[in-house]
Amino acid sequence: MSINPALQGRSYPAGEAYVVSREKIREFAAATKASNRAHFDLEAAAGLGHADLVAPPTFAIIVAQRADAQLVADPEAGIDFSRVVHADQRFTLHRPIVAGDELVAALHVDKVRAMGSGAMITTRAEISTSDGAAVATTVSSILVRGEEAA
Amino acid sequence: MTPIDFATLEKGQEIGSTTLHVNRADLVRYAGASGDFNPIHWNERFATEVGLPGVIAHGMFTMGAAVTLVEDWVGDPGAIVDYQTRFTKPVVVEDPAGTNPSDAQGTALEVGGAIGALDEEARTARIDLTVVADGQKVLVKAQALVQF
Repeated sequence: MSINPALQGRSYPAGEAYVVSREKIREFAAATKASNRAHFDLEAAAGLGHADLVAPPTFAIIVAQRADAQLVADPEAGIDFSRVVHADQRFTLHRPIVAGDELVAALHVDKVRAMGSGAMITTRAEISTSDGAAVATTVSSILVRGEEAA
Repeated sequence: MTPIDFATLEKGQEIGSTTLHVNRADLVRYAGASGDFNPIHWNERFATEVGLPGVIAHGMFTMGAAVTLVEDWVGDPGAIVDYQTRFTKPVVVEDPAGTNPSDAQGTALEVGGAIGALDEEARTARIDLTVVADGQKVLVKAQALVQF
Protein backbone atom coordinates (compact mmCIF):
# COMPACT_ATOMS: atom_id res chain seq x y z
CA MET A 1 0.00 0.00 0.00
CA SER A 2 1.39 3.42 -0.84
CA ILE A 3 0.21 6.98 -0.42
CA ASN A 4 -1.81 8.39 -3.28
CA PRO A 5 -0.05 11.64 -4.38
CA ALA A 6 -3.34 12.87 -5.85
CA LEU A 7 -4.53 13.44 -2.25
CA GLN A 8 -2.87 16.86 -2.24
CA GLY A 9 -5.51 19.53 -2.65
CA ARG A 10 -8.34 17.26 -1.62
CA SER A 11 -10.92 18.49 0.89
CA TYR A 12 -13.40 16.71 3.09
CA PRO A 13 -16.49 18.69 4.06
CA ALA A 14 -17.49 19.27 7.65
CA GLY A 15 -19.35 16.34 9.17
CA GLU A 16 -21.62 16.23 12.18
CA ALA A 17 -21.15 18.91 14.81
CA TYR A 18 -19.07 18.16 17.90
CA VAL A 19 -20.72 19.60 21.01
CA VAL A 20 -18.18 20.73 23.59
CA SER A 21 -19.31 19.72 27.07
CA ARG A 22 -18.12 20.90 30.46
CA GLU A 23 -17.34 17.34 31.45
CA LYS A 24 -15.17 16.76 28.36
CA ILE A 25 -13.25 19.94 29.07
CA ARG A 26 -12.70 18.81 32.68
CA GLU A 27 -11.72 15.31 31.53
CA PHE A 28 -9.32 16.56 28.84
CA ALA A 29 -7.77 19.12 31.19
CA ALA A 30 -7.20 16.47 33.87
CA ALA A 31 -5.75 14.08 31.29
CA THR A 32 -3.18 16.69 30.24
CA LYS A 33 -2.41 17.48 33.90
CA ALA A 34 -3.78 21.00 33.65
CA SER A 35 -4.75 22.55 36.96
CA ASN A 36 -5.96 25.98 35.83
CA ARG A 37 -9.33 26.48 37.51
CA ALA A 38 -10.90 28.00 34.39
CA HIS A 39 -11.09 24.45 32.95
CA PHE A 40 -12.97 23.14 35.97
CA ASP A 41 -14.80 25.89 37.77
CA LEU A 42 -17.49 28.13 36.25
CA GLU A 43 -16.78 31.04 38.58
CA ALA A 44 -13.08 30.93 37.77
CA ALA A 45 -13.86 30.91 34.04
CA ALA A 46 -16.36 33.76 34.43
CA GLY A 47 -13.79 35.71 36.44
CA LEU A 48 -11.55 35.66 33.37
CA GLY A 49 -14.40 36.80 31.15
CA HIS A 50 -15.32 33.45 29.60
CA ALA A 51 -18.93 32.53 28.93
CA ASP A 52 -18.39 28.99 30.25
CA LEU A 53 -15.56 26.60 31.10
CA VAL A 54 -12.64 27.30 28.77
CA ALA A 55 -10.98 24.43 26.92
CA PRO A 56 -7.22 23.79 27.08
CA PRO A 57 -5.21 25.12 24.09
CA THR A 58 -4.87 21.66 22.52
CA PHE A 59 -8.51 20.62 23.02
CA ALA A 60 -9.27 21.21 19.33
CA ILE A 61 -7.26 18.05 18.57
CA ILE A 62 -10.42 16.08 19.37
CA VAL A 63 -12.29 17.80 16.55
CA ALA A 64 -9.28 17.84 14.21
CA GLN A 65 -8.57 14.13 14.61
CA ARG A 66 -12.21 13.31 13.92
CA ALA A 67 -11.83 15.21 10.66
CA ASP A 68 -8.52 13.43 9.96
CA ALA A 69 -10.29 10.11 10.44
CA GLN A 70 -12.16 10.74 7.19
CA LEU A 71 -8.87 10.88 5.34
CA VAL A 72 -7.41 7.84 7.07
CA ALA A 73 -10.60 5.87 6.35
CA ASP A 74 -10.63 6.92 2.68
CA PRO A 75 -9.61 3.76 0.77
CA GLU A 76 -8.21 5.97 -2.00
CA ALA A 77 -5.76 7.57 0.45
CA GLY A 78 -3.81 4.37 1.13
CA ILE A 79 -2.89 5.27 4.72
CA ASP A 80 -1.99 2.39 7.06
CA PHE A 81 -2.80 3.95 10.45
CA SER A 82 -0.48 1.55 12.30
CA ARG A 83 2.45 3.11 10.41
CA VAL A 84 1.51 6.69 11.18
CA VAL A 85 3.78 8.90 13.31
CA HIS A 86 2.71 12.40 14.35
CA ALA A 87 5.40 14.79 13.05
CA ASP A 88 4.13 18.25 13.92
CA GLN A 89 1.05 20.07 15.14
CA ARG A 90 -0.17 23.65 15.31
CA PHE A 91 -3.25 25.27 16.79
CA THR A 92 -4.30 28.79 15.90
CA LEU A 93 -7.21 29.83 18.07
CA HIS A 94 -9.32 32.62 16.62
CA ARG A 95 -11.13 32.66 19.95
CA PRO A 96 -11.07 30.37 23.00
CA ILE A 97 -13.20 27.22 22.81
CA VAL A 98 -15.76 27.13 25.60
CA ALA A 99 -18.33 24.61 26.82
CA GLY A 100 -21.50 24.76 24.78
CA ASP A 101 -19.73 25.37 21.47
CA GLU A 102 -20.99 23.33 18.54
CA LEU A 103 -17.99 22.81 16.29
CA VAL A 104 -17.59 21.50 12.76
CA ALA A 105 -14.33 20.92 10.90
CA ALA A 106 -13.60 21.02 7.20
CA LEU A 107 -10.42 19.12 6.36
CA HIS A 108 -7.96 20.13 3.65
CA VAL A 109 -5.00 18.06 2.50
CA ASP A 110 -2.41 20.80 1.96
CA LYS A 111 0.67 18.77 1.12
CA VAL A 112 1.73 15.23 0.27
CA ARG A 113 5.45 14.68 0.05
CA ALA A 114 7.23 11.37 -0.63
CA MET A 115 9.75 10.50 2.12
CA GLY A 116 11.74 7.45 1.10
CA SER A 117 9.21 4.67 0.79
CA GLY A 118 6.75 6.58 2.98
CA ALA A 119 5.13 9.99 2.83
CA MET A 120 4.57 13.13 4.88
CA ILE A 121 0.99 14.37 4.75
CA THR A 122 0.03 17.83 5.98
CA THR A 123 -3.62 18.44 6.74
CA ARG A 124 -5.45 21.56 7.90
CA ALA A 125 -8.74 21.53 9.76
CA GLU A 126 -10.75 24.73 9.62
CA ILE A 127 -12.90 24.57 12.74
CA SER A 128 -15.94 26.80 13.00
CA THR A 129 -19.22 26.92 14.84
CA SER A 130 -22.21 25.27 13.17
CA ASP A 131 -23.24 28.83 12.27
CA GLY A 132 -20.01 29.36 10.33
CA ALA A 133 -18.01 31.58 12.71
CA ALA A 134 -14.29 30.73 12.62
CA VAL A 135 -12.98 29.25 15.90
CA ALA A 136 -9.67 27.53 15.22
CA THR A 137 -7.30 26.38 12.51
CA THR A 138 -5.24 23.29 13.16
CA VAL A 139 -2.38 22.10 10.98
CA SER A 140 -0.96 18.62 11.41
CA SER A 141 1.71 16.62 9.64
CA ILE A 142 1.82 12.87 9.83
CA LEU A 143 4.61 10.65 8.61
CA VAL A 144 3.39 7.39 7.14
CA ARG A 145 6.38 5.09 7.40
CA GLY A 146 7.20 2.94 4.38
CA GLU A 147 6.66 -0.82 4.49
CA GLU A 148 10.34 -1.76 4.69
CA ALA A 149 11.27 0.91 7.22
CA ALA A 150 12.64 -0.43 10.48
CA MET B 1 -2.97 36.16 41.18
CA THR B 2 -1.57 39.47 39.97
CA PRO B 3 -1.95 39.92 36.23
CA ILE B 4 1.32 40.13 34.32
CA ASP B 5 2.24 43.60 33.11
CA PHE B 6 3.21 43.20 29.43
CA ALA B 7 5.48 46.25 29.62
CA THR B 8 7.72 44.56 32.18
CA LEU B 9 8.41 41.47 30.06
CA GLU B 10 11.81 40.94 28.50
CA LYS B 11 13.04 38.63 25.79
CA GLY B 12 14.94 35.73 27.28
CA GLN B 13 13.09 35.96 30.60
CA GLU B 14 12.25 32.56 32.04
CA ILE B 15 8.65 31.86 32.94
CA GLY B 16 9.43 28.91 35.19
CA SER B 17 9.86 25.17 34.98
CA THR B 18 8.13 22.04 36.17
CA THR B 19 8.57 18.28 36.09
CA LEU B 20 5.60 16.16 35.07
CA HIS B 21 5.41 12.40 35.19
CA VAL B 22 3.60 10.13 32.75
CA ASN B 23 2.79 6.49 33.45
CA ARG B 24 0.69 3.91 31.60
CA ALA B 25 -2.46 4.94 33.43
CA ASP B 26 -1.93 8.52 32.26
CA LEU B 27 -1.79 7.28 28.66
CA VAL B 28 -5.04 5.35 29.05
CA ARG B 29 -6.64 8.44 30.57
CA TYR B 30 -5.42 10.64 27.71
CA ALA B 31 -6.60 8.09 25.14
CA GLY B 32 -10.08 8.20 26.60
CA ALA B 33 -10.16 11.97 26.95
CA SER B 34 -8.90 12.64 23.44
CA GLY B 35 -10.40 9.71 21.53
CA ASP B 36 -6.94 8.68 20.25
CA PHE B 37 -6.90 4.92 20.83
CA ASN B 38 -3.89 4.06 18.68
CA PRO B 39 -2.59 0.89 20.44
CA ILE B 40 1.04 2.06 20.25
CA HIS B 41 0.08 4.16 23.28
CA TRP B 42 -1.18 1.31 25.44
CA ASN B 43 -0.14 -2.10 24.06
CA GLU B 44 3.49 -3.20 24.36
CA ARG B 45 3.21 -6.08 21.90
CA PHE B 46 1.69 -3.93 19.20
CA ALA B 47 4.14 -1.07 19.78
CA THR B 48 7.19 -3.32 19.43
CA GLU B 49 5.71 -5.15 16.44
CA VAL B 50 5.53 -1.87 14.53
CA GLY B 51 9.15 -1.14 15.38
CA LEU B 52 8.87 1.17 18.39
CA PRO B 53 11.05 0.70 21.48
CA GLY B 54 7.90 0.16 23.56
CA VAL B 55 4.67 1.91 24.47
CA ILE B 56 5.10 5.62 23.79
CA ALA B 57 3.17 8.64 25.01
CA HIS B 58 0.83 10.40 22.61
CA GLY B 59 2.74 13.34 21.16
CA MET B 60 -0.44 15.27 21.89
CA PHE B 61 -0.26 14.27 25.57
CA THR B 62 3.21 15.78 25.81
CA MET B 63 2.19 18.87 23.87
CA GLY B 64 -0.90 19.35 26.02
CA ALA B 65 0.91 18.77 29.30
CA ALA B 66 3.79 21.11 28.43
CA VAL B 67 1.55 24.11 27.78
CA THR B 68 0.13 23.96 31.30
CA LEU B 69 3.33 25.79 32.32
CA VAL B 70 2.25 28.71 30.12
CA GLU B 71 -1.35 28.58 31.38
CA ASP B 72 -0.20 28.75 34.97
CA TRP B 73 2.17 31.62 34.17
CA VAL B 74 -0.34 33.79 32.33
CA GLY B 75 -3.38 32.80 34.40
CA ASP B 76 -5.93 32.77 31.58
CA PRO B 77 -5.79 29.70 29.29
CA GLY B 78 -7.76 31.73 26.75
CA ALA B 79 -4.78 34.06 26.30
CA ILE B 80 -2.89 31.35 24.41
CA VAL B 81 -3.82 32.13 20.82
CA ASP B 82 -1.35 29.93 18.94
CA TYR B 83 0.63 26.86 19.91
CA GLN B 84 2.82 24.67 17.77
CA THR B 85 5.49 22.00 18.03
CA ARG B 86 7.41 19.35 16.16
CA PHE B 87 7.61 15.89 17.70
CA THR B 88 11.19 14.70 17.46
CA LYS B 89 11.69 11.82 19.89
CA PRO B 90 9.17 9.35 21.25
CA VAL B 91 8.56 9.41 25.01
CA VAL B 92 8.84 5.77 26.06
CA VAL B 93 6.65 4.86 29.04
CA GLU B 94 7.78 1.71 30.84
CA ASP B 95 5.66 -0.78 32.71
CA PRO B 96 7.93 -1.64 35.65
CA ALA B 97 7.44 -5.07 37.24
CA GLY B 98 5.97 -5.21 40.71
CA THR B 99 4.05 -1.93 40.51
CA ASN B 100 0.44 -1.05 40.03
CA PRO B 101 0.61 0.81 36.69
CA SER B 102 -1.57 3.56 38.17
CA ASP B 103 1.00 4.16 40.92
CA ALA B 104 4.18 3.78 38.85
CA GLN B 105 6.31 6.89 38.93
CA GLY B 106 6.45 6.99 35.15
CA THR B 107 8.68 8.88 32.77
CA ALA B 108 9.73 12.35 33.86
CA LEU B 109 9.06 15.25 31.49
CA GLU B 110 11.12 18.30 32.38
CA VAL B 111 9.35 21.37 31.04
CA GLY B 112 10.85 24.84 30.90
CA GLY B 113 9.79 28.04 29.21
CA ALA B 114 11.28 31.38 28.29
CA ILE B 115 10.16 34.43 26.35
CA GLY B 116 11.44 33.94 22.80
CA ALA B 117 9.98 37.08 21.25
CA LEU B 118 7.83 40.08 22.11
CA ASP B 119 5.61 41.99 19.70
CA GLU B 120 4.88 45.41 21.22
CA GLU B 121 2.33 46.32 18.59
CA ALA B 122 0.32 43.11 18.74
CA ARG B 123 0.93 42.82 22.50
CA THR B 124 1.97 39.19 22.20
CA ALA B 125 4.71 37.19 23.86
CA ARG B 126 6.07 34.04 22.26
CA ILE B 127 6.97 31.47 24.87
CA ASP B 128 9.53 28.92 23.77
CA LEU B 129 9.09 25.65 25.63
CA THR B 130 11.70 22.98 26.16
CA VAL B 131 10.58 19.47 27.04
CA VAL B 132 13.17 16.88 27.95
CA ALA B 133 12.67 13.18 28.71
CA ASP B 134 15.55 10.83 29.48
CA GLY B 135 18.01 13.60 28.64
CA GLN B 136 16.63 14.19 25.14
CA LYS B 137 14.51 16.99 23.75
CA VAL B 138 11.20 15.42 22.74
CA LEU B 139 9.56 18.59 21.39
CA VAL B 140 11.31 21.01 19.06
CA LYS B 141 10.12 24.50 18.12
CA ALA B 142 7.46 24.26 20.81
CA GLN B 143 6.10 27.79 20.82
CA ALA B 144 3.04 29.24 22.49
CA LEU B 145 1.88 32.73 21.58
CA VAL B 146 0.28 34.63 24.46
CA GLN B 147 -2.01 37.59 23.82
CA PHE B 148 -1.94 40.41 26.36
